[in-house]
Amino acid sequence: MPLSGLDIFKLLPKTNCGDCGVPTCMAFAMKLAQKKAELSECPHASEEAKETLGAASEPPVRLVKIGKAKPLEIGNETVMFRHEKTFFHQTGIALQLRTSEDEEQLLSKIKEIENYKVERVGEELKADLFFISHDSEEKDVFLKTLQLVKQNSTKGIILDCPDKEALKEGLDWLKDEQPAIFLKEEVTDKDIELAKNHNASLVLTAYSFDDLARQSEKAKQAGVNDLILNLASKNAGLQLQHNTIMRRSALKKNFKSFGYPLFTFIQGENEFDFLAKASLFLCKYDSIIVLPRFNKAMLYTLFTLRQNIYTDPQKPIQVDPKVYPIGEPSPESPVFVTTNFSLTYFIVSGEIENSGISAHLVVCDTEGQSVLTAWAAGKFVGEKIAAFIKDIKLEQQVKTRKLIIPGFVSQISGDLEESLPGWEVIVGCQEAADIASFVKTVKLT
Amino acid sequence: MNFEIPKETNTGKIVEVTIGATAEQGGTRSHTVTIGGHTSLPFHFFEGEHPHRPVIAMEVFDKVPAKYPGSLMDYYHDVIDKPADMAKKCVEEHGAELISVRLEGTHPEKGDKSADEAAELVKQVLKSVSVPIIITGHSHFEKTNEVMKKVCEAAEGENCLINYAETDNYKTIAAACIAYNHTIVAQSPMDVNLTKQLNILLTDMNFPAEKIVVDPLTGTLGYGLEYTYSIMERIRNDGLGGDKMLAFPMLINPGYESSRVKEARVSREDYPEWGDQELRGAYWEIATAVSLLAAGAELLIMYHPKAVEAVKKNISEAFDLKNGD
Repeated sequence: MPLSGLDIFKLLPKTNCGDCGVPTCMAFAMKLAQKKAELSECPHASEEAKETLGAASEPPVRLVKIGKAKPLEIGNETVMFRHEKTFFHQTGIALQLRTSEDEEQLLSKIKEIENYKVERVGEELKADLFFISHDSEEKDVFLKTLQLVKQNSTKGIILDCPDKEALKEGLDWLKDEQPAIFLKEEVTDKDIELAKNHNASLVLTAYSFDDLARQSEKAKQAGVNDLILNLASKNAGLQLQHNTIMRRSALKKNFKSFGYPLFTFIQGENEFDFLAKASLFLCKYDSIIVLPRFNKAMLYTLFTLRQNIYTDPQKPIQVDPKVYPIGEPSPESPVFVTTNFSLTYFIVSGEIENSGISAHLVVCDTEGQSVLTAWAAGKFVGEKIAAFIKDIKLEQQVKTRKLIIPGFVSQISGDLEESLPGWEVIVGCQEAADIASFVKTVKLT
Repeated sequence: MNFEIPKETNTGKIVEVTIGATAEQGGTRSHTVTIGGHTSLPFHFFEGEHPHRPVIAMEVFDKVPAKYPGSLMDYYHDVIDKPADMAKKCVEEHGAELISVRLEGTHPEKGDKSADEAAELVKQVLKSVSVPIIITGHSHFEKTNEVMKKVCEAAEGENCLINYAETDNYKTIAAACIAYNHTIVAQSPMDVNLTKQLNILLTDMNFPAEKIVVDPLTGTLGYGLEYTYSIMERIRNDGLGGDKMLAFPMLINPGYESSRVKEARVSREDYPEWGDQELRGAYWEIATAVSLLAAGAELLIMYHPKAVEAVKKNISEAFDLKNGD
């Protein structure tokens, strides 16, 4: 039975010390009630509070961290569909390294992956983890690989090492790195001990719900709380069902054994099949996907999909307010004005580009609202637009003095002309799809 | 402890829609294609019926698209300006289950081809392939209406999927579909309520429910995909929950939309971090198609042969082995 914020508050020290990172005990209690915090974040919680709150205050899907410098955080999800609220912790993307590869090759691969980053809508996108598979006979090669990764990268590490002696030495060497241990076989006491002694999480692998639940229960009882679940599935459709069932059990049935992030090592026939499966599992509940090969086009595609799916649906993505060149504009090219709601920007810029002309696109700061919403809120009106155009010194950048505004806000044209002496305001089309026709029929320069 | 699978049963069922007509049914298709009919979320075989699998159509053009990506031209350069041949190639070599004939060239500013030319082309495509046909128009309603009336008449009895009608022109398109026995696509701009409203308008004029496919408007990967994704999930959940006006099968356009974005066109030299251009074009389409399949798409109009192959493969595997045995 979940406790209310008030119930929880009664159990807290009520000192408002702020050591949990939240200013008051009441606020912390509210966060606990919403399952957005864990009691362990309060260093002064009484034993009674721990016991009472223990089960009730745990988030339905546990937050697990991998890595040291900037750990990857996964789990702690609360909904089945992003439109119900949002997905909180985006899928971590791991790349596999094999210890059987020669050192030089490994090193260049590590560096390439480490240095690979790409920007999209103001966000820097990169891979999160290395998945190190020990497929050589030599223990030293395993340790050497870990050394190479640690020296050249700050990404978190998942160890896939069937040789338990090598694994132990590797873990000793990765002290404080908060790695994860991938288990192909049933979890053993030895694995549990290694995980506990080295502050590592365990990736459990099973072939049925019952088997996975049993292993998860065993690890938890032995004191390993940071688990990641890998239920091997025969095809993408089955895995989608498995992932859905596990997420649903955790969220709706409070089935603790499945209350952990989910994991998949992507396997497929070719690069296209890989991408199809990775895309599906990224949407449907995997918190870690491992890719066997480094492929920029695939990563860029998955980064973009991840950004789309994990965007908070209640907060529109914004693009930077500034002047965007479309095509290769000259100072005489026409000037279009729109808002900084990302979707508006993408559609308008795409349609101008498709029309074949070059232009300057002035994107005003409307806090991510679309044209009509921003106008209604007074954020996309004559005065504001004029102030922004003066602010960015557009008059020094272009020679044209004609400004095209979206057709839906034709009513602001008078105000805008008044606030922007010397400019002629042209009312454009209502729909972006009509821009191509619009630029053909209206004289813009 | 034995784990019990938590099942959720729905009161609603997605409408079964059949496209195409065989000789017996008054057309000339070798077979028909049926979509819809399921009673749980996409691929949720463990808690519902899924009698039909999602299908993939490929598209041919009455006019070579101005910005057709080079990576696609490699596959189609010999047939891109011969739509009937291209249709044959899509079906025979790339496994298209339907063919969409895009009549962009009838747009007054993109060639202004006549309605008669469009009708002639559709007849040619109907002759060259035996799979069901989709006829795809454009946003210039005055011209689209004129063209669709002519095309519907020319393809009488074939039960083509007429793509698309929206709030401004649904009466004309729906009337042509009823008169000549075709199925309709009802398109709304990424909005659950507008989707529902258009479906109500159509059924209110006695348009048969089993002849409606919904297009929620495809925002491709990186260009609004998240909106389409969530709108589709909401439509599908409401439809299965019992809202009959949101229980129609859904069509998406990963091919057309992905082929228009920068990511499908620019070279690796200009954007080194975006990786190989040939792969990227197909990837963009795959990620769009697969994510929207998970959100409820059942009819996908696609372009890239490698994307079609990968998406079809995963649909087949899922349906061939529904429950893992």
